[in-house]
Amino acid sequence: MSNTAQTPWQDIEPLLSVQQLSKFYAPGKGCGDVSFDLYPGEVLGIVGESGSGKSTLLNSLSARLAPDAGKVIYRSEQFGELDLYAGEESLRRQLMRSEWGIVHQHAADGLRMNVSAGANIGERLMAIGERHYGDIRARAEQWLQAVEIDSNRIDDKPAQFSGGMQQRLQIARNLVTHPRLIFMDEPTGGLDVSVQARLLDLLRTLVAQLGLSVIIVTHDLAVARLLAHRLMVMRRGEVVESGLTDQVLDDPQHPYTQLLVSSILQN
Amino acid sequence: MTIMIDVRGVEKSFTLHNQGGASFSVLEGVQLQVVAGECVVLHGQSGAGKSTLLKALYANYAVSSGSIVLRDGNQVVDITTALPRRILALRERTVGYVSQFLRVIPRIPTLQVVMQPLLDLGEDEAVCEAKARDLLSRLNVPERLWSLSPSTFSGGEQQRVNIARGFIVDYPILLLDEPTASLDAANRQVVVQLINEAKVRGAAVVGIFHDEDVREAVADRLVDIRAL
Amino acid sequence: MSQADGYNFAYLDEQTKRMIRRAILKAVAIPGYQVPFGGREMPLPHGWGTGGMQVTASVIGTDDRLKVIDQGADDTTNAISIRRFFARTAGVETTEKTADATLIQTRHRIPERPLKNGQILIYQVPVPEPLRFIEPRDSETRKMHALREYGAMQVKLYEDVARFGHIATSYDYPVMVNGRYMMCPSPIPKFDNPKMDRMPALQLFGAGFEKRIYAVPPYTEVKSLDFDDHPFEVQQWEGSCEICGSDHSFLDEVITDDAGSKMFVCSDTDYCRERLAEQSAATTEEVAL
Repeated sequence: MSNTAQTPWQDIEPLLSVQQLSKFYAPGKGCGDVSFDLYPGEVLGIVGESGSGKSTLLNSLSARLAPDAGKVIYRSEQFGELDLYAGEESLRRQLMRSEWGIVHQHAADGLRMNVSAGANIGERLMAIGERHYGDIRARAEQWLQAVEIDSNRIDDKPAQFSGGMQQRLQIARNLVTHPRLIFMDEPTGGLDVSVQARLLDLLRTLVAQLGLSVIIVTHDLAVARLLAHRLMVMRRGEVVESGLTDQVLDDPQHPYTQLLVSSILQN
Repeated sequence: MTIMIDVRGVEKSFTLHNQGGASFSVLEGVQLQVVAGECVVLHGQSGAGKSTLLKALYANYAVSSGSIVLRDGNQVVDITTALPRRILALRERTVGYVSQFLRVIPRIPTLQVVMQPLLDLGEDEAVCEAKARDLLSRLNVPERLWSLSPSTFSGGEQQRVNIARGFIVDYPILLLDEPTASLDAANRQVVVQLINEAKVRGAAVVGIFHDEDVREAVADRLVDIRAL
Repeated sequence: MSQADGYNFAYLDEQTKRMIRRAILKAVAIPGYQVPFGGREMPLPHGWGTGGMQVTASVIGTDDRLKVIDQGADDTTNAISIRRFFARTAGVETTEKTADATLIQTRHRIPERPLKNGQILIYQVPVPEPLRFIEPRDSETRKMHALREYGAMQVKLYEDVARFGHIATSYDYPVMVNGRYMMCPSPIPKFDNPKMDRMPALQLFGAGFEKRIYAVPPYTEVKSLDFDDHPFEVQQWEGSCEICGSDHSFLDEVITDDAGSKMFVCSDTDYCRERLAEQSAATTEEVAL
């Protein structure tokens, strides 16, 4: 047993390569020198307490906040290898409505609250040029069912939905164009525990079924354990520990991770 | 004989940074080779580090030094240095781990919980279901429970669901962390049969068993883990 | 009529007119694109056509003949006031005849008689931003125009079909200009939308409150949004105009007494009058024969 696998396993290229990414609003406020690769089908959890720079990092990764330094390389289906912030904004926005999805913590940030559920789902289809009402509506119905919302609610506005349903609608709205990469910012934040469980289960199933790559920011370690393949632990803008999810949570090495795990996790 | 598990010079210590930085060593200089078709039972007092070693074999714990090389088909992988996604791929097809505790996701029916690992490998749903049904029957989980989520089951029932889930895939490497604790004699016997069947098909098994009868029935050799 | 003393020609000072003309030139160069301009106060409130008036004041010359309509009619308060305003401040000729006018300022209609090359149609616009319905932020709508992100606009039509079974938007119906910019045609009925397409006359749009000018040059493609399975359609009436008998013009419903009696008549008063005149001329001819 000599040829220990040191060479990278299989010849798959990462979907997203992050190189020394930094974005600071003020000293200690933001995120610094973050590097990692995300491979197709991988779910990466970013955990840490409020103010640790998780959301700043997520915004920079998802092309919504230009970093001070560093690069984000994305391998696009349509455009090939892209240096996100070197290119045109139009390209980034095009990615955002086709190959990417963003699930916000607050449904109001991710949904159009004054138009129906069907239109919320259909919008991304119309944005990429679909012009057949019947088809758009049929796809919207399918996706409502996929996220366990009764399809007879298709003409209701999101404001008439519960918090959990709004989050599920947000997910349907994102998935309708078959994105490859989803960014999630505290998707279960502010939901009841029972509602959370249902959403998590749904997310897990969809991620596995569709082979999605996901970067999920959460302060809830139970959520991270259930969804993420691997974790990055952030503190004061820096990544202090990263690795396989269960290894980081069950055998934390860094003092901060140990504190986090011992303060929150009960099982 | 194919070496499936090759542990060399493994050390593991824990440092509790938030409790005054207390540091203690659990494993030191562990050497262990397990070949295909063999069942090794880890032996030693409570707290000696049996479970720690088993978790290290699953990459659930990170070792302080040494190497743990697992065979994956015609490749070998040192899990102490491998990328997370490489380890996840190993866990999908190659290494199975059965603990006493079932981590259940609420709402998912028992049959689905058991089938899932095999389904994830792309196996036909009918095949998965047939195998899950067979395992649940053998482990005496009443059929009326199969459509329910195991989250409300008794400890023993949950444990048997967990065992069924652990044996649904024919893993070449099986790690068993007291899977028979708190099972009655009849069910312990079923687990013994399952382990022996796995050995026959060539699986390398490493386990921790408290019941002497189970140990006797499955172990090819005992490995002593001494407390440091 | 001669020009009133004490005012510059057409009320606005020359520098303002030059500034507005520059905005108009830019608007003509980029069909459908909203050009911001430094809107001035006019001696009447916003909502009464101050945007259209500033455009008119900037393009009008001494030899122009001005027609002003409101909902198709030349004889409503708003139309009369604006016509008289320019007659007094610019001393230009005015007319109610579409064919005779060189400039037509309009609120909510396009005349029925096809316009000719050389004429200018000036629309009064209350809300120039077609994307406002879906996106309240101006910074964002501008970006959406720049990047041609118009999927959201289709959402409005989707909502119509979902709620009413057909595209129920009946006025200010969004259009694509020259295949590039999404544009509000101002609150004209969608009946008038097809007239905008490849119109020989120059079309200028002035929004006084939001201080935007945009334009459709002559012979430019103007396409109304729709779905493949719900194509764009204009309104149709069962009857015809009860005055002139027209079966192809936009009809207004007019209540005629307190008992709720009503009639349908052409909204374009000049067109209706012209048809009546033609008919009576024909009758006279017959009699003469």
